[in-house]
This record gives sequence, C-alpha cells and structure tokens, in this order.
Amino acid sequence: MRSLIDIKELSLEELDSLIATALDIIDNPQKYSEKCHGKKLATLFFEPSTRTRLSFEAAMYELGGNVLGFSEASSSSSAKGESVADTAKMISCYADIIAMRHPKEGAPLVASMNATIPVVNAGDGGHNHPTQTLADLLTIKRKKGRFDNLTIGLCGDLKFGRTVHSLIAAMSRYKGVKFVLISPEELRVPSYVKTDVLDKNGIEYVETKDLCGAMPELDILYMTRIQKERFFNEEDYLRLKDSYILDLPKLENAKEDLCIMHPLPRVNEISVKVDSDPRACYFEQALNGKYMRMALILMLLGIK
Amino acid sequence: MNIDSIKNGMVIDHITAGRGMELYSLLNLDSLNCPIVIGKNVSSAKMGTKDIIKIDADITLNTDILGYVDPDVTVNIIKDGKIVEKKTVSLPERLVNVIACKNPRCITSCEQELDQVFTLTDKENRVYRCLYCETKAKEQSH
Repeated sequence: MRSLIDIKELSLEELDSLIATALDIIDNPQKYSEKCHGKKLATLFFEPSTRTRLSFEAAMYELGGNVLGFSEASSSSSAKGESVADTAKMISCYADIIAMRHPKEGAPLVASMNATIPVVNAGDGGHNHPTQTLADLLTIKRKKGRFDNLTIGLCGDLKFGRTVHSLIAAMSRYKGVKFVLISPEELRVPSYVKTDVLDKNGIEYVETKDLCGAMPELDILYMTRIQKERFFNEEDYLRLKDSYILDLPKLENAKEDLCIMHPLPRVNEISVKVDSDPRACYFEQALNGKYMRMALILMLLGIK
Repeated sequence: MNIDSIKNGMVIDHITAGRGMELYSLLNLDSLNCPIVIGKNVSSAKMGTKDIIKIDADITLNTDILGYVDPDVTVNIIKDGKIVEKKTVSLPERLVNVIACKNPRCITSCEQELDQVFTLTDKENRVYRCLYCETKAKEQSH
C-alpha cells in the first residue's frame, strides 16, 4: 500500500510513468472512463480549497469512480476533537483512497501512518503540495518537451509557498536546471530548501528582488500568490501583497517561448491582460492537474 | 570522592558536569530497582570535572539518545568487575519524544498525543528535522 505525501517519494521513473499515463489519458479519455468503477475517493479537506478538491473529484469521476468527503473542518468530526489518526482509520472503512488537505504541516503523513488505504497529500499548511507539482511537471513537459537545461524563475511568496518548495525539490533532480528566486527579503526560500535541496544537488540558483531584471533569461516564470492565511499579522500582509505584479510591460523583455505558470487562485499578481498572451499557461496547468491526479489515483490503486 | 566498583553493570562516564540528572531522567533510570549511583562534579583528568552514572545490574540499555544529548560520554560495560566493552556514542538516526517541535503550524502543536519524532538529516552538521513538518531542531547546547 502506497501513499504520496512528498513529491520526493516518487522516483524519476515513476514520474515519467505518471506523465506517460496522463498523456495517454489526454489522447484516449474513453479508455479510462471505467477504470475506477466501484472505487471511492474520500476528499478530506480540513481547510477550504475549491480548486484542488474539485480537481480530485473531477479526476475520480472521469475514471468512473465515486467521491465522498467534506470540504471544511467544521463539517467533520475534527470539530468535535477527533484526531487525524482516528479520522484516517475510520475513513479507511468507507473509501479506497484518501485525498487530504490540512492546515497543519505533517497531518497527511500522520493519516498515512494510520490509514489502511493510500493517502494523497492535497496540501499541508506551508509544507508540501505534491499533486500541484505533478500538474506543474506535466505543464513543463507539454510546453517545453523536457525537464533538463531550463532556467526557472520563481516569484512571489517563496517562504510559505508550498508549491514552490515541492517544485524546487522535483526539478532539482534534473541536469542543467537553474533557479532564479525572485521575492522580497521577508519571503525568501527557507534556508533548509537551499541547503538540503539546492546545495545538496549542486543546483545553480540566484536570489533577487528584481523581477524585470531576471525576465530575459527565464524559460519558465512561476508566479505565486502572497497568501493572507500564511501571515500572523495583517500589517505584514498588506505591506507585501503587491510586491510583484506581472503585467504586459514587464513581459517585453521576456523570451518568446516563456512559459508563465501559476498554481492558482490568482488575486492580482498577474494582470488579466496577460491571460490572452500565448505565453500564459496557468489555466492549462489547472487542467493538467486533473490528468495527473487521474494518473496518480490509478497508480496508487494499482490499476493498469 | 571514591565510589565502590561495580561487579556487573554499566558505567556512563565523561558526562558533562551538571548533566547527570538530565541523562538519568532521559534514560528512564528511575524505573530500575537496582543500585544506581550518580556522581556529580567528580574530578576528571580529561575534563576537569564530570558527572558519572554507575548502574549495578547486568542490564541492556538503549543509550543512543546520549549521542544527541551529550556526545562525549563513554559507556563501559562491566562483567565480573572488568570492563569488557567501552563504547563511544554516535548520533541516533531518530529521536522519539526527546525534543519537541517548535513550529506552531506542525500537526504536533495541536495533537498532543503524537510522538515527537525527529530524524537525523545531516550527520556532519548534526541537523535533526521534525518527521512531520521538517522544521529544524534547535541546536542542543553543551
């Protein structure tokens, strides 16, 4: 029985296999429409996340399976004080696979240690979000055709942005990858990501506050939202939230085949005018998320 | 000050002066019924002063934790009045309920019954991280 808590748990071969399955799903959706017939996905969302939850649910429905669960902690037994471990044991009686989002870091790991069915981490606090990374990787593969020799700009909240940490971990395993880390001083990538992932893998990276200056060399620009819920006080949030807004003038010096990504939801960090630019890939990225979640569900349930 | 030698048992030697009671507690020696002697601020040629714990019983103790708390200690196993094994301690791979995670966003901050587990992620720099949230443990002071 296998779970997915951290993207690093997947070998490069497994990632390749998931991507191959997702591409086959895109080409042959009918072939997969009954693969999960009779199976149930439990979506345990202890904090609201419309997009990720709907993506998981759409993925399961398109595989012919069913979905049960809750979308906020107040409608679950945790509101009565039930532990994550007990919830995981109980849900194991009713479903075949769990997708869990939780505001506390490590909660999905605790669930996987207690469940008797696979658990997928659908985001735990500011920590990990492996299925978003799967969506990111499929987008990069479809847009660039490769994972090596890419210069990737990560912009915005790099401190609390779990999607950023997971993407760095995943892309650091490929050759010739360079990161440009663009953020205000207060929201820089945590030191453990630099020492344990970037330095350990000998990955080249620079830290800068200057989005425009970094633009010309980027193959990929990954924008992130500065999330209000990750701050302890509103003053810090208000001061930093508008630090980096991507608009058309800022893209003037960008490569013609730049791939602009964003995990969504967007607030105002990408101007809506950028949406019609052919370099904008973020809505396609959301769609890719569904395909990769389908591939992942099949893999964890052992369905070929 | 001299303390009688023990015949069969264990001597935890070269404990940093003043930390003997802490190690006594961490090793849960209170649960043993055999004679135990804690020497505090004993003179030492090597260290000036040291603490020492002598356990007068042929027991097996998991002393891995000592490598994290006080890495210079030595553990001597005594049989028939002679030292049959002298071992230095190494850093344990896992620390269970030794230190607590300080990250307010960690699941252990709200689920008190969970074991506090830290794993050794960088041996060279003695770095331990929380199993659940990967937050770095604060450096142990010596």
